[in-house]
Amino acid sequence: MSTATARRAGVTLPPGGGMRHRIFGRNPLGLLFSAPYLVFVILIFAYPLGYAVWIAFHDFFFAAPGAQVDRPFVGLENFVTALTDPAVLRSFVNVGIFLVINVPLTVVLSMLLATALNRVVHLRAFLRVAFYVPYVSASVAVVAVWLFLFNGGGLVNSILGPLAPDPSWLINSAWAMPTIAIFVTWKQLGFYILLYLSALQNVPKELYESASTDGAGAVRQFWSVTVPGVRPATVLVLLVSTITGANLFTEPYLLTGGGGPDGASASPVLLMYQKGLQQGQPDVASAIGVVLVIGVLIIAFIQNRLVGRED
Amino acid sequence: MIALGALTLTACSGGAGGGTTGTEGSGPITIWYSNNEQEVAWGKQMVEAWNTANPDQKITGQEIPAGKSSEEVIGAAITAGNAPCLIYNTAPSAVGQFEKQGGLVDLSSFDGGAKYIEDRSGDLASQYTNTDGDYFQMPWKSNPVVVFYNKDVFEKAGLDPENPKLSTYDDFLATSKALVEKGGVDYAINPAPTSEFFQTQFDFYPLYAAESGGKQIVEDGKATFADQAGYDVADFWATMYKDGYSGQEQYQGDAFADGKAAMAIVGPWAVSVYKDVNWGAVPVPTKEAKDASEIYTFSDAKNIGLYSACENRATAWDVLKFSTSEEQDGKLLELTGQMPLRANLQETYPDYFEANPAYQQFGDQASRTVEVPPGPNTVQELQALRDAYSSSVIFGKEDPKTALDEAAAKIDEIAKQP
Repeated sequence: MSTATARRAGVTLPPGGGMRHRIFGRNPLGLLFSAPYLVFVILIFAYPLGYAVWIAFHDFFFAAPGAQVDRPFVGLENFVTALTDPAVLRSFVNVGIFLVINVPLTVVLSMLLATALNRVVHLRAFLRVAFYVPYVSASVAVVAVWLFLFNGGGLVNSILGPLAPDPSWLINSAWAMPTIAIFVTWKQLGFYILLYLSALQNVPKELYESASTDGAGAVRQFWSVTVPGVRPATVLVLLVSTITGANLFTEPYLLTGGGGPDGASASPVLLMYQKGLQQGQPDVASAIGVVLVIGVLIIAFIQNRLVGRED
Repeated sequence: MIALGALTLTACSGGAGGGTTGTEGSGPITIWYSNNEQEVAWGKQMVEAWNTANPDQKITGQEIPAGKSSEEVIGAAITAGNAPCLIYNTAPSAVGQFEKQGGLVDLSSFDGGAKYIEDRSGDLASQYTNTDGDYFQMPWKSNPVVVFYNKDVFEKAGLDPENPKLSTYDDFLATSKALVEKGGVDYAINPAPTSEFFQTQFDFYPLYAAESGGKQIVEDGKATFADQAGYDVADFWATMYKDGYSGQEQYQGDAFADGKAAMAIVGPWAVSVYKDVNWGAVPVPTKEAKDASEIYTFSDAKNIGLYSACENRATAWDVLKFSTSEEQDGKLLELTGQMPLRANLQETYPDYFEANPAYQQFGDQASRTVEVPPGPNTVQELQALRDAYSSSVIFGKEDPKTALDEAAAKIDEIAKQP
């Protein structure tokens, strides 16, 4: 902003303050307050992400400080290695199946439950906590419970009797990933309900009253008032559940014993862990990671275009 | 994105500081040992004994920090340049990678280093060299695996618990059938059916070592297991899974301890763990009966690494020799029941084996153990085998012979990687 522009905008700048104003903005103190988070983002996300991209294009392995290591540029070689590995391709298909089940289920269930919880008068606090507990519980503990529920002789199969799948859920190639998707949906639901609950507080009550006056029932009100009213939250839930879903690791690692049966529930991040940390191929692991990030960005872009276009 | 960040944060720590070179330097050192109760007891008494005699070169001992696995913790410590001088929990499968990372010191470079190792471990030592014949690990202790069986379940199934028919595949299958039908157990034996690379070491590998007369799964850069011995082992296990004598689903807990499985493939650590089970032990089966004295098995060894971040390497080497002396090996045997990788083990500690007959079989078996193949790609090789085994043997999705052939071809390629 030039001095002339500033004058037109009704702001009077002190002599010599133009440069400082350009660099530090109108409220320099704001920079100070936001600096810690900015530093955090740069150090913990931006720099490692950039470094990962660099690793993906080099012949790289972890080395001791001072070790003489040659790390030549290898172009797309790591990407070719990753993307010609059937196990890696399968892991992307697996996580695709996961997202197709998990993301819509998360959006629909959390919106419905948040709406219901918003109207509940009795036991409101208890119910909110009840939905939130799985989210804050350690995955390891919760996974153990699900293993008891879904193993061959578990509660679910006992209830289903002859209708239970054979082989059982977690060792069935067709059911392993959907079971994980349902588990993750259930575990994360409390967090998304919380997002929707806060969004619902911003939907004006007058809209419901007007709709009611016009003769709209509960379902019509939900579709015509609630759903559009919480659209920003829906975009957020879509993005966050897609990103966390694409980072799926703990569940295939623990629930299906390392992506079993026979790789049917292996996720890209599980393979990154295997290749990068167990097998000494962080370069190939980074290539998988870069492809995953690009994939998530594309999905997020499409979601934002389709759902968040009014925002 | 978070995972990518975690991966690179590990990498980011590289490039600073610098390890010392050479084999010199005296003074205080730090060591890590395993966190199980018995090994902590051994580690503490060893540190105390050393510190009393060497007040100017004190050891600070601590349990290995918690992590998903010891190997990942050690790998991160190497990259960060803060590994201790000695780690008494170094897995042979990870040594090649640690060496490639520049994280380990060549023990052969110490004056008399190779000779000390070979004098102590005898012929067993040769499995612990790298491809150039150098020792980047000190062979320390093994847990040779055998078949434990529950005598009460055998009796219930109408089988002779003192002379179980488990020496051949046919006998093992017939016994398994009786156990499942009449023994009141869900499975005859229930090795973990999960996909982790190391699970191979407790189902396919011990039986392959026995059937092949002591072959490693990769020798001279070529996979060996796509041979008749490998096919026979794979067919045996495939039948166990197909007929329901072993489970495809991971069991929460210990199936053998809980009475859900009649047998387990375990090492000598099991003696103290299965106190409540009326157990017996036999060598792993082979296709045709072999004398027990000819049967090899998987070693399940843990060794000692001297890490390059160590500044006082001369002290570390002295501590390494002290902690693997006849006296300290005797204490290890006494306190943990694990077998020091020492030639003539039973002759060296006759009193121990006489007083503890339960360990005699392990003491005998310790002289016929097979280790994982050396090199920087061991884990990749084991994972390739595990994936093929999982698909064909456990889940029956392809012919085991075809799967082993394909895995062998893949491993031949992996073994060529630097």
